[in-house]
Amino acid sequence: MGKLQKRPRFESWGRFPTLPAGMVPLHWTTDFPLPGPTGAKQLPVGLGRSYGDVCLLENGTLLATPGMDRLLHFDPTTGVLRCEAGASLQQILDFAVPRGFFLPVTPGTKFVTVGGAIANDIHGKNHHVAGTFGRHVLRFELVRSDGSRFVCSPVENQDWFAATVGGMGLTGLIAWAEIRLRPIVSRKIDYRGVKFHGIAEFLELSRTSTSEYTVAWIDCVSTGKNFARGIFMQGDHTAIPGPLNRSKEAKLVFPFDLPGFVLNRWSMKAFNALYYHRQFGQEKSGPVDYEPFFYPLDAVLRWNRMYGKSGLLQFQCVLPRESGEQGIVEMLKMITVAGLASFLAVIKVFGDVPSPGMMSFPVPGITLALDFPIRRDKSFELLDWLAKITQEYGGRMYSAKDARMTAEQFQAFYPQWQEFALYIDPAFDSAFWQRVTGRRPRDE
Amino acid sequence: MSERRPLPQRILALGATSAIAEATLRLFAERGASFVLLGRTPHKLAAVRDDLQTRGAAAATAVVADLDDTAAHPALLAQAVEAMGGIDLALVAHGVLGEQSQAERDFPAAEAILRTNFLSAVSLVGWLANYFESERRGTIAVISSVAGDRGRKSNYVYGASKGGLNVFLDGVRNRVDRAGVNVLTIKPGFVATPMTAHLEPNALFTQPAQVARHILRAIEKRRDVVYVPPVWALIMLVVRSIPGALFKKLNF
Repeated sequence: MGKLQKRPRFESWGRFPTLPAGMVPLHWTTDFPLPGPTGAKQLPVGLGRSYGDVCLLENGTLLATPGMDRLLHFDPTTGVLRCEAGASLQQILDFAVPRGFFLPVTPGTKFVTVGGAIANDIHGKNHHVAGTFGRHVLRFELVRSDGSRFVCSPVENQDWFAATVGGMGLTGLIAWAEIRLRPIVSRKIDYRGVKFHGIAEFLELSRTSTSEYTVAWIDCVSTGKNFARGIFMQGDHTAIPGPLNRSKEAKLVFPFDLPGFVLNRWSMKAFNALYYHRQFGQEKSGPVDYEPFFYPLDAVLRWNRMYGKSGLLQFQCVLPRESGEQGIVEMLKMITVAGLASFLAVIKVFGDVPSPGMMSFPVPGITLALDFPIRRDKSFELLDWLAKITQEYGGRMYSAKDARMTAEQFQAFYPQWQEFALYIDPAFDSAFWQRVTGRRPRDE
Repeated sequence: MSERRPLPQRILALGATSAIAEATLRLFAERGASFVLLGRTPHKLAAVRDDLQTRGAAAATAVVADLDDTAAHPALLAQAVEAMGGIDLALVAHGVLGEQSQAERDFPAAEAILRTNFLSAVSLVGWLANYFESERRGTIAVISSVAGDRGRKSNYVYGASKGGLNVFLDGVRNRVDRAGVNVLTIKPGFVATPMTAHLEPNALFTQPAQVARHILRAIEKRRDVVYVPPVWALIMLVVRSIPGALFKKLNF
């Protein structure tokens, strides 16, 4: 039949870096700790949708959780779902939508596990009203490599709860979690898209919007009169009862690695212009299905191949609201000059809802997220500049989308890192954590 | 053979914590079926039961049992049938891959594989065939393997246990078909499960959820033998057609 496992190389969704490791698939919440001696350090990994090296560990043992995907209990009166940590948001939606429930917070892809959502304390378009995913986690069970297992919640083992939410999988394995879903009456989202020119207009739209979900796409290629143009997208779960069927499975797969030269200054410019003009008028509104509203890219499986074999770099920062406007403008100028802009640059105002995790990324302010194709001469330098501006404006970068932060930058962004380190499982480590604690050079 | 009937609603699962069985049972749970689940490990069985209940099972009862103990089978099965007031489908899914090299050196290791995969299944299916025959309806679905189609040096003890099972099921089918009972032999190829976790994944590996959809369809259509996914019918046709003189020289 097959050969015994060699050392395969693993990569995250950004396909950079790729690191050799062993993998042990977990199927039951009792499969961890691993039986017998394991010299190598370990790290839980879900569906690998983070972008940098937060889910990687060179020559370590990756504990793959997607086989632990059982839904253990659901109470339709409260919307509380208990599931194993490897259950994906897609599986939860397939289960919950026909029952009239929806995720309390969702990122731009449904292909992430609950464990990953907690470990990166993910956020979504409703951050300004709902906060992060961790706000809706009632409790979870944490398993440590010494075999101890305990339930953590905001009132029980609170310190472990705070360390594990946003703890990048380093504090132990999450066996199961309880999350509170929210009721819906239809799959439909009442959508309104408004075009804007410039960051000031974007901020004004964000300030006055009353929608639960807001986000803006911003053109990072155009200069002059089109500089920082974009579309402010807002949506709410409709109040009109409608379809609650389960989504069809995506069938389209991006079939091959696109050669690197296809994504260049001109093709990006054309794409950005097309995207902007896809909406003809100043305003467009109407009901849309939740799939294209939340997960436009999930319709094409393996879309990261579009960036070719060399992969992509993500960058996401948040800058404080007061000084942030100027910082964002400075970043956008730098990006347009570099000519490396991405397909979908996204900007959003985070709200004041406190993040529950010690290492959670979101703080009040303006967040900007972009992706770049990797051109070794240019992309790394641009990212270094963006990190520097982030630091100057008193902001921080998102660990789950980073492959290039320096230890010095990370420790400035997250001064509580040493306190967090006390909660790390002695058998656990990650390539990210090694890098930001100065034990591993940046991958080139 | 291909006429459609209403899906089974009362299901007895033997080896309910096997990954393929669990994925298949989920599809029935979503349609509101009832279950009695037999398995060896209490906490795994409880997790599967909870999952099926959450997904919509009308009822699910877990019974911890060691299916190697054939003497206990009649009482176990009778109780399970009684608990649901009769059953419509029995899914026989327990099995072990074993360790070929150990089985070559050590007969008790080979015997253990044959006991779990073959003897125990013969005992269970024998009882179930008599039960369904007297009911004059029902389905016995058994998870076998493509490995039973031809012995290969890398896993022929496992293969023999499944090959013996296939022949046994052919005979039972031939007997009970005229009583309206369907016997389905399921032959999965490489499926990503705990049983195959030590093998290097390749393009032929399928997820249990995908295999489960094929199994559901085969049960619905009352098929006799089904390769899952279907491409394995072609692969095994090729494997079976290799002349013996050449086959004995191959390394796989």
